[in-house]
Amino acid sequence: MSDSSDASPRILYCRCAYAQVVPADVKDAVLAGLAAAGTSFEAVPDLCEMAARRDPHLAELARAAGGLTIAACWPRAVRGLFALADAPLPEQGVTILNMRTDAADTVLAGLGAPLGKAVSER
Amino acid sequence: MIATPLPPRVVLYEGRGAVPLAPADRGRLFAALLDRGYAVTLAGANAADATVGGTIVVIGCFGGSPPEVAGADVSVCDISGRSADDVVESVEAARGERRMNRPEAARAPTDRATDTWKPWFPVIDPARCTNCMQCLSFCLFDVYGVSPDNTLRVENPANCKVNCPACSRVCPDVAIMFPKYHAGPIDGGPVSEADVSREKMKVDISALLGGDIYAKLRERSADAKARFSRERSADQALAERRRCLTKLAEAAAIPREVLDALPSPEEIRRRADEAAARAAAARAAAGKPA
Repeated sequence: MSDSSDASPRILYCRCAYAQVVPADVKDAVLAGLAAAGTSFEAVPDLCEMAARRDPHLAELARAAGGLTIAACWPRAVRGLFALADAPLPEQGVTILNMRTDAADTVLAGLGAPLGKAVSER
Repeated sequence: MIATPLPPRVVLYEGRGAVPLAPADRGRLFAALLDRGYAVTLAGANAADATVGGTIVVIGCFGGSPPEVAGADVSVCDISGRSADDVVESVEAARGERRMNRPEAARAPTDRATDTWKPWFPVIDPARCTNCMQCLSFCLFDVYGVSPDNTLRVENPANCKVNCPACSRVCPDVAIMFPKYHAGPIDGGPVSEADVSREKMKVDISALLGGDIYAKLRERSADAKARFSRERSADQALAERRRCLTKLAEAAAIPREVLDALPSPEEIRRRADEAAARAAAARAAAGKPA
């Protein structure tokens, strides 16, 4: 299905869909920015839920060649979740951006994506 | 570990042979699928292969000529000209009768029958945990276990009581996080020296209550039971139990509903003894003092 493989960092976005601890305007704006950028990325409803299921996709992401950039919450929590799923993140090559505390433009700058229009706006 | 089967993963393919969605439409579609509990991958022209097993639903604007994709559990859906809600319905249809967890579960009580639950459970910070097993001794719900290498692990996350962070309060190393908690450091935020001191104080508070918060609970339940026998009033006994538990709930931040749902004093004693024995065995196997 893919046209080619590359070694650029993969991008993972967590929607934190099962709780309201990540500001909705931030997570909407970050998703909109990623969607506007048009570059490949992965979006998951909730990293906590995936970790509890020990979803094998987390192990695949943790092994990503070229590194991984994650937009989610506190780095300590994200690393703990991957460890819980038996998919510990490597110390090097992983960037974790915190949508609980950072503004959307800060997170998008870390992802290399432009600030998009919030997806909730129609 | 949660028994709910993996939900299908959705791949929005925009590589060769597909017309990319407009950015706003792409964003709306992602949000709609994520909020229904589906993981979504945007696979563009230079995407690494997004298929990693499991059930995959490949969607894209194929202009009426969807590509043939190999794989027994892969289906392809042409979404040309369709709304986000319409696409979600197609993905739901592709899922068929397979069960999956839903974000709506966060607004409803855990339902064991349908496997819907809010992902609330402790997450261990391996950089801080010293494997003292205090949490394993404390938890009555078998959330914690011991790995083959005698280190602490979260074994049964679904057993955890939603919104109860009590075990994180008794951790002397501030190593237990609940990522969906509203405040730090329990939510995974930075841990300061003051936090470490505060957590130790909370353990001391537990000690002041009788050395063992569950022992105190048992005492209070026994008192309430005796009063119930004397007065033969179920309402009064219940009121007494509630009043007595309030102090405990405040001391350890245990939600009232969790305390109300605790089993009988005898069952609490049995579970507490069992958990303490497991913790002691793990400490002994790791060569740590009891």
